[in-house]
Amino acid sequence: MSAVGLIQRLAPGVRWARRLAQIAFIVIGIATVNFFLLHLAPGDAAEVMAGEAGAATPEFMAALREQFGLDQPLYIQFGKYLGNVLTLNLGYSFRQGLPVSRLILDRLPATALLMAASITFALVAGAALGFLAARRAGHLTDTIISVIALLFYATPVFWIGVVLIVIFSVWLDWLPVGGMATIEAGYQGTAYALDVGRHLVLPAVTLGLFHLAIYTRLTRASMLQIYGQDFVRTAVAKGVAPGRIAVRHVLRNALLPIVTMLGMQLGSILGGAILVETVFSWPGLGRLAFEALFQRDLNLLLGILLASSILVVVVNIAVDLAYGFLDPRVEIS
Amino acid sequence: MILAASLLIDSYPAYAQGGGETLTAIVQPEPVSLSAALNSAAPTGVVSGSIFDGLVDYGTDLKPKPGLAESWEVAPDGLSITFHLRHGATWHDGVPFTAADVKWTLENVWQKIHPRNQVTFAKVIRVDTPDAWTAVLRLSEPSVAILSTVNSNGAQILPKHLYEGTDILNNPYNNKPVGTGAFVFKEWVKGSHITLERNPNYWDKAKPALDRVIFKIIPDAAARSAAFEKGEVQYAALSPVPLRDAERLSKRPNLRVETRGYEWLSPFLFADFNVDRPYLKDVRVRRALAQAIDLSALAKVVWYGFAIPATSPIPSTLPEFHDATVPKYPLDPKRAEALLDEAGFKRGSDGSRFSLNLDYIPYGDDFKRTGEFIKASLKRIGVEVNVRSQDTAAYTRRLYGDRDFDIAITWFAAFADPQVGVTRAYWSQAIGKNIPWTNASGYRNAAIDTIISDVQGEPDGAKRVALFKQFQRTVMEDLPTLPLLELRFFTVEASNLRHPITGDQVYGSFRDFTIEPRSN
Repeated sequence: MSAVGLIQRLAPGVRWARRLAQIAFIVIGIATVNFFLLHLAPGDAAEVMAGEAGAATPEFMAALREQFGLDQPLYIQFGKYLGNVLTLNLGYSFRQGLPVSRLILDRLPATALLMAASITFALVAGAALGFLAARRAGHLTDTIISVIALLFYATPVFWIGVVLIVIFSVWLDWLPVGGMATIEAGYQGTAYALDVGRHLVLPAVTLGLFHLAIYTRLTRASMLQIYGQDFVRTAVAKGVAPGRIAVRHVLRNALLPIVTMLGMQLGSILGGAILVETVFSWPGLGRLAFEALFQRDLNLLLGILLASSILVVVVNIAVDLAYGFLDPRVEIS
Repeated sequence: MILAASLLIDSYPAYAQGGGETLTAIVQPEPVSLSAALNSAAPTGVVSGSIFDGLVDYGTDLKPKPGLAESWEVAPDGLSITFHLRHGATWHDGVPFTAADVKWTLENVWQKIHPRNQVTFAKVIRVDTPDAWTAVLRLSEPSVAILSTVNSNGAQILPKHLYEGTDILNNPYNNKPVGTGAFVFKEWVKGSHITLERNPNYWDKAKPALDRVIFKIIPDAAARSAAFEKGEVQYAALSPVPLRDAERLSKRPNLRVETRGYEWLSPFLFADFNVDRPYLKDVRVRRALAQAIDLSALAKVVWYGFAIPATSPIPSTLPEFHDATVPKYPLDPKRAEALLDEAGFKRGSDGSRFSLNLDYIPYGDDFKRTGEFIKASLKRIGVEVNVRSQDTAAYTRRLYGDRDFDIAITWFAAFADPQVGVTRAYWSQAIGKNIPWTNASGYRNAAIDTIISDVQGEPDGAKRVALFKQFQRTVMEDLPTLPLLELRFFTVEASNLRHPITGDQVYGSFRDFTIEPRSN
């Protein structure tokens, strides 16, 4: 047994400490790059506010800059920011007049709900379609599913969103155009939950369709690959029912790449949410980030980016752990 | 049947007081603050207008009408303006509204913080309040423009008892305002909506008719059109949908597209020529470019008729000041080419004379297409144009800070007095100071600077008009900026929404709005 192997076996604590150090290093690295990248953008928050006001005086701009801390040299601003990051303080949005953490927490539930709904939809429907396509490989069902998946894969999200609104809201009048609830009605309790559910359908489907296509293709491809392996042939030879083979032997083993994809979807969902939240007036984090960029509200934007980079790192660890759970042969180092 | 009827009554408990109706409107983009005294951005004004009453409102003729001030008078020498305030008006928290609020806001907010009012109220040396309902503005020089500015948007009055002694810019009431208007602020769910409710203690007991106003935030233009088509929304100001959708929506029986209510704003579109650039510093080149652009086609094709060609930087919606006799530059590509030849910029072997960069204000597709229209127009006289895009922060830095552009397309609001909205584009002191919406062209003319300072102190209306006419003739002669169009902003509203139209309706109150039951 090698020395490294010994440490790994004897001290999981050391392993985790090393991992945490890596995470901290990555997060601080991301924070630093974000800070300087965003400061390259021309214009600042005071100019944007003066621009929106339609008029300004030099005194007004100077007062704003002083209030925002923009009158200080960049290295001092960076020092303050880094100090905040190390103490997990996300800072203050002067434009909104609220702490960044409060702004993020206000918007987080809406985005989390949208994210959970769209991932569940994409995963369940995508895996089911992929499963069906793999079992009917080469048949008409397979062709139809593959064409549909390709269509969803290739169509831009915002366009799908607008088309769904026109069909299901304006023409058929089944679902609301946007927003998260019917404010005028003032629903409470179950009625409110149902109302939010109705508002959730279109944005969740829109956000999920692209990943649904990926899951469909991935499930199909990896199931077909596993169908060709020896243990499946053995199971067939033993006389196991085809449905049971498909579920127990093939699908379970085909899940690994899907878990990888799930991790990537979680990481990229904020980007997708920007478009979908804009099209459906969904009051979430993606829109908050997008607007913060145009308003040069860098404290807020940096806070959101930092929070989402931590989320991505955590999701990656969770995916690694899930590998070990799904396939005991995978070792976590 | 009886059950259904009682359910209906239950769900509208407020029916007895107001009309029992909720008006759903759109505000876009989401405001930063709800106090127009501190933030003069358009969305803030749209919401704030119903929460705060102004001293006056403006009619479509831009004459003041009584608001919180029942009457007012200007001294014959122009050195004092007296406002007689309404008795019985209160703030939403029950504290009486008095002249002390006017005095405090003028001295601490309009003169110190408000970007436009620092100039407009600069000549006020003292505010006397002989009693609680009289405010007398003492002036060092006559300031005619003040009476064009004192509505709820131009000079919003804040409650002294909640602001005095606080950090005004960070006062929590900026986001949960306490006003004097017909509607009381209820809640603001960021990213979603703002709710206002009927003010039960409004001084005009018969008003407002509506029980509730909800401003939804709908960031996507196509979704805004869909919300109107579905009837989920009944009102949105400031051209809320793309122009091509406006044409379509105006044909639907349940909707109406209204272009009145923007007179106090009087928006105009123009092209700034950077007069420090080698080609554009020659006035013959600027005139040539002007004669190559077909403004009527621009209004019809690009702006779908929601604009008319401009002849002067002071729009015709300000009839008192507008001068229709200024030098004109009618479409004449041949003359344009001759001017360019004369200036020494002959066509090269590839047919092109020189090339310019054009930046447009990134407020939507219409401005981009204006840039593309100009590109196509100038190509015909051998001038290549490269249209550049950027976001607002980068755009204002480029124009007003770095001055790194050749032609820039932008729009200003002229406001009821050109001193407030027009002259800022020509005043040389602001050049390159990175102050948005000032002089981007780099035009320096001592005579114009003198006129700009003279109109601020001139008490005689006729002399002031003469000065403004002189101003228009000179800047149209020198042509540092080319007025393109007088824009007609529009409001989309439900056809059963009833209300009188004021000249400042866009930033006005929903006080007089009623919703008629649909006949079907």
